[in-house]
Amino acid sequence: MIYVLAIFLPLVGATIAGLFGPWLKDKGAQIVTCGGMLLSAIFSLIILNEVAVNHQPQTIQIFSWIISGGFEVDWALRFDTLTAVMMVVVTVVSCAVHFYSIGYMHHDPSVPRFFAYLSLFTFFMLMLVTSDNFLQLFFGWEGVGLASYLLIGFWYEKPSANAAAIKAFLVNRVGDFGFALGILGVFLLYGSVDFDTVFNATPGKAAATMEFLGGQYHALTVLCLLLFIGAMGKSAQLGLHTWLPDAMEGPTPVSALIHAATMVTAGVFMVARLSPMFEFAPFALNVVCVVGASTAFFAATVGLVQNDIKRVIAYSTCSQLGYMFFACGVSAYAAGIFHLFTHAFFKALLFLGAGSVIHAMSSEQDMRNMGGIWRLIPLTYTMMWIGSLALAGLPFFAGFYSKDMILESAYAANSGVGDYAFWMGMAAAIMTAFYSWRLLFMTFHGEPRADEKTMAHVHESPKVMTIPLIVLALGALFAGYVGYDAFVGDGMNAFWGKAILVLPTNTAIVDAHHVPLWVKVGPIVVGLIGIALAYYMYIARTDLPAKVAAKFWKIYLFLYNKWYFDELYDRLFVRPAKYLGQGLWKEGDGTMIDGMGPDGITAVVRNLAGRASQLQSGYVYHYAFAMLIGVAGLVTLYLYTHG
Amino acid sequence: MSDFPILSLVTFLPLVGALAILIIRGDDEVVARNARATALWTSLITFFLSLMLWTGFDRKSAAFQFVEKNPWIESFGINYHMGVDGISVLFVLLSTLLTPICVLASWDAIKVRVREYMIAFLVLETLMVGMFCALDFVLFYIFFEGVLIPMFLIIGVWGGQRRVYAAFKFFLYTLTGSVLMLLAILAIYLHAGTTDLPTLLKYALPSNIQYWLWLAFFASFAVKVPMWPVHTWLPDAHVEAPTAGSVILAGVLLKMGAYGFLRFSVPMLPVATDFFTPMVFTLSIIAVIYTSLVALVQLDMKKLIAYSSVAHMGFVTLGIFTLNQQGVTGAIYQMLSHGIVSAALFLCVGVIYDRMHTREIARYGGLAERMPVYAFFFMVFMLASVGLPGTSGFVGEILVLVGLFQVSTWAATLAATGVILGAAYMLWLYRRVIFGKLTKDDLKSIMDMNRREVAVFTPLLVLTILMGVYPGPFLEIIEVSVANLVDQHKSAMAAVEALSVVGR
Repeated sequence: MIYVLAIFLPLVGATIAGLFGPWLKDKGAQIVTCGGMLLSAIFSLIILNEVAVNHQPQTIQIFSWIISGGFEVDWALRFDTLTAVMMVVVTVVSCAVHFYSIGYMHHDPSVPRFFAYLSLFTFFMLMLVTSDNFLQLFFGWEGVGLASYLLIGFWYEKPSANAAAIKAFLVNRVGDFGFALGILGVFLLYGSVDFDTVFNATPGKAAATMEFLGGQYHALTVLCLLLFIGAMGKSAQLGLHTWLPDAMEGPTPVSALIHAATMVTAGVFMVARLSPMFEFAPFALNVVCVVGASTAFFAATVGLVQNDIKRVIAYSTCSQLGYMFFACGVSAYAAGIFHLFTHAFFKALLFLGAGSVIHAMSSEQDMRNMGGIWRLIPLTYTMMWIGSLALAGLPFFAGFYSKDMILESAYAANSGVGDYAFWMGMAAAIMTAFYSWRLLFMTFHGEPRADEKTMAHVHESPKVMTIPLIVLALGALFAGYVGYDAFVGDGMNAFWGKAILVLPTNTAIVDAHHVPLWVKVGPIVVGLIGIALAYYMYIARTDLPAKVAAKFWKIYLFLYNKWYFDELYDRLFVRPAKYLGQGLWKEGDGTMIDGMGPDGITAVVRNLAGRASQLQSGYVYHYAFAMLIGVAGLVTLYLYTHG
Repeated sequence: MSDFPILSLVTFLPLVGALAILIIRGDDEVVARNARATALWTSLITFFLSLMLWTGFDRKSAAFQFVEKNPWIESFGINYHMGVDGISVLFVLLSTLLTPICVLASWDAIKVRVREYMIAFLVLETLMVGMFCALDFVLFYIFFEGVLIPMFLIIGVWGGQRRVYAAFKFFLYTLTGSVLMLLAILAIYLHAGTTDLPTLLKYALPSNIQYWLWLAFFASFAVKVPMWPVHTWLPDAHVEAPTAGSVILAGVLLKMGAYGFLRFSVPMLPVATDFFTPMVFTLSIIAVIYTSLVALVQLDMKKLIAYSSVAHMGFVTLGIFTLNQQGVTGAIYQMLSHGIVSAALFLCVGVIYDRMHTREIARYGGLAERMPVYAFFFMVFMLASVGLPGTSGFVGEILVLVGLFQVSTWAATLAATGVILGAAYMLWLYRRVIFGKLTKDDLKSIMDMNRREVAVFTPLLVLTILMGVYPGPFLEIIEVSVANLVDQHKSAMAAVEALSVVGR
C-alpha cells in the first residue's frame, strides 16, 4: 500500500492544489502538497529499507494500458534497488525543495500553481523511476519534460522564461525522438516492451541484426544508441545540452529540484536501468563513455567564465552528468548511480544556497554585482562551502567517494575510451574546483559591488528555507561515507541484486579498488590546485582575470559564448525551418497547388462560363457547369475504355 | 433487442428535430430561442440513444451489428442496409457527441438565421451518422455526398469574409473526387451485380481493374482526408467557417476519407492497395513534414490548427496502409483522438474569437492572467495535440509508429520528426496567445470562460485524459474488426500470390 501511496500522493496533492488553488489559498495548497511530499519521502525510505536492504524487490500491476495485437503494455510499478535509490533521491530532495519554496516563493502571486507544478513533477519523476516497461518510462519521461516546461516558464510574463521553456521542451523532444524510435525497435526485435521480458531475452539476441534506414546493423547497438539519444536530451549531454543553462530562467527551487538533482539524471538512470541491454552493445557503451567524458570537459570549460551564479552551477551540473555517463560507459553503473545519489544532495544544496543568496541580494544573479556579503549571511555561506567541497571531491565529503570512484573506474577500464574519460575527467576536476571557488570568492568575498540599498537589505533567509539547506548539507557531508560500501564497495553485489547487470568480463568497477596510488590521490591534488588558482586570481590578484581574458580574448569569447552552440543551431535548424515553412506555404500551397488547381481551374471555368452565358454568373452555376463537364468527360472516358 | 432499429433512430432523429424547428413560428427572438433549445435537446437525446451502441456492441465479433435491411430500389437490388462494426461504431458516437457540443458552442455566437443554422446542423448529423452506418453503396454515396451540402451552406452563409471563396474551393475539390467515386461504384455494380457492402467485401474483383477503381476511390477519399497535395481547401474552409463548422469539419468530416479507405479501398481492392502503398506513404510523410513546417509560420490561429490537422491525418493514412494490427488500430484511434482534440482546439479559438473577433495570433498575448481557466483547458488540448503520453493523442501516435516501424524504418523515422515539429508549432502558438505580458488594451477586460463554455469543454477534457490513460475499452471495440481486416488482406494477398505462381 505504501508503495502505491508513495507515488500517487504527489499527484493527489498536485491535483488538489492545481484545481482548487483559488479556494485553498496559498496556505492550503502548501499544506496539501508539502504534506503529501513528506509522507511520500518517509514511505520511500521505508521502501528503500525493504527493497534494497532486505532484498525484497517487487512489481505491482495496476491495470493494462494499451493492448493491440501483440503490443501489450501495462501500468505497473517496479520496485528494485535502483528504483528505491532513485525514489529516495527524488522524494527527499523534492520534500526539501517544497519546504524551501514556502519561504522562497512567498511574495509570488500564484503560489498554489507553483506547488501544484512541483508536486506534479515529482509524480511524473516517480512514475519514471518505477516504470516496468519502456512505454511507461516514456510516459514519465515526457511527463517530467512537461513539468519542467511549465516550471521554467512559471513566470510567464517574462519572454526569456517562455523562450527557455519552449527550448527545453523542444530539445528534449529531439532526444525523445530517438528514444521513441528505440522503443519501436525494441518491440520489433523482442515483440515486447516489458523490461523483464526484454532483459531475459537479450543474451539470446546478442548477435542479432536488424534493418534500420536501409542498412543491416547489430541490433542491440542500434537500439542502445537510439535510446541513448533520449538520455542525452534529458541529461543535457553535449549536442543536446543547450536547453539546460537557459532553464535557469525558472525559479531557483525548480533549478535545484529538476535541473540538478532529479530530472536531468533520468538519462543516467535509464542507461543503468537498461544495463542488461547496454552490456551486450560494447560500441554503444563506448559512445556513452566518449559523450559523457566530452560533456564533462566541455561544460567545465564554459563554467569557468560565466557570470550568472545559477549558470555556473548549471554548467557544473552538465559536467557532473558527464561523469556519471562515462562511469556507465565503462560498465561502472553502480559508480554512476552513486555519484547521482551524492550529487543530488550537494548540487541541490548549492542551488538552494544560491537561491538564498539571490533572495538576500534582492533577486540579483550576476556575481559581478555581489561580493563582501559572507558576514551578513553566514549560514548560507557555510552551506555553499559544504556544497562546493563536496562538488570538488575533497576528502570525506560526499563527492569525494563517488567522483573518485568514477575516475578510478575509468582508469581501471584500461581501454582507449576509458583513458580518454579519465584524462577528460581529471581536466574537468581541476576546472570544477576552480569555478566553484571562483563562485564562492566572487559572491561572498572582496569589496561589496552591489548598491547600498541592496546591501542594506541583505539578510539571512527564514528558517523554512535554511532547515532544508541543513538537511541537504547533512546529505552532502555523509551520503558518500554512508553509502560507499553498499553502492560500490564490498556490499555492492548484495545491494544491487538483479537491478544492474554487469558482464563478468567488464571488471572496471572491481578493479577500481586496486588502482595505483597516484590515481587515487590525483583528483584531490588537482582539486586543491584549482582552489589555489581561484584564490590567486580572485582574492590575491584581482586584476588578473581581466588581463587573462584580454590576452586570450578569442578563447575567452569562445567559452563565454558557450562554444557557439546556440548560434550554430539557430543557423542550422531554426531559421531554415521558418524559411522553409514560409516558402512551402506561399509558394507550395499558394502558387503551385492552388495556382494549378482550384484557382487556375476557377479562372478557366469562369472564362468559359462567361462566354457560354452572359446572363448567369452566380457561382452555383459555375459548379453545375464544372460538374457537367466533369461527368460528361468521365463517362466518355469510361465508355471509351470499356466499350 | 435485435429488432429495435437503433441505427435508423439515431440517424433520423436529428432530421425529425430539424423538421420540428422548421415549423416553429413567431418573431425572430422566439424562433431563435426555441430553435436552439430544440436542437440541443434533439442532439442530446440522439447522443444518449447512441450510447446504446456502446453498451450493446458485441466486442468479440467482427461482423456488422445492429443490422437493418429492407428492400429499397428493388429493380436494381438496392437495399436500405444499415449496420456498424468495430471500425465504424465509434465514429457514430463521435458524431453524436460533437453535435450537441456544436449546438452549445453556437449558442451566442450565431445571431442571424438561427433557425436555418440549427436545421443545417441537425441535417448534417443525420447525414454523418448515416454515412458511417450505411452498408449499401448507393446509400453510402447519398450520405457521403449529402454531407457536403449543409457544410457548404454553413461555411457559405455563416462564414467569415472570404466565405464564398472558401466554400467554393471546398466544393470544387470534393466534387471532383466524388464524381470519380460514383464512376467506380458504377463499375463495381456492373461487375459484381450488387451494391450490397457485406457481399462485396467477400467478392474478389479481378486485379487488373482494381488499380483503376482504387485510383478513383483515392481521388475522392484523398481530398476528404485531406492528403497532400489536395489539402489546400482545408485551411481556407476552416478559417472562414464558423466555430462549430470547424469543429464538425475537423472532428468528423475529415474522418470520412480515411473511413472510406478502411471500408472500401483496403478490403475490396487488396492488390491495388498493396501496389499503391508506397505512394500513400510518400504523400503522407510529405504531408506530415510539409504541413508542420507551414503551420510553424502561420499568423492565423485557425489556419495553424487546420495545417496541424493535415499533419495529424498524415499519421492516419500512414497507419491505415501499414496493414497490420497496431498500425490500423492506431490510425482509427488517432482519428478518434483527433476528432476530440482538434474539435476542442477549434472551440478554444472560438472562445476568444467570440470575445475579440479576430483570429490573428499577434492580436493576443498574456491571456493567462485574465483567463486562467481558459489557459488550463487550452493547455491540456494543446498537449494532447502534441501527443503527450497520458493523453489520447499519444496512444494513436505510438500505435501508428509501432505499426509503421515494422513495415519501414525509414517511414517511421521520417514520420516521427513530425512529432518534434508538432511540438514546436503548438507550443509556440500557446506561448504567443496565452503567455507573455498582457499589454494590449482591449484584452485587459477580457472575461474568462463562462459556465456554458466550461460545460462544453469538460466532457472533451475528460475523454482526452481517459482515452490516454485507460484506452482499453476503446481499443477493445476496434480490435476484432481490425484483426479481421488485416487477416482478410493477408489471405487475399496470399491467394493472389498463389494464383500468380500457378500462372507461371
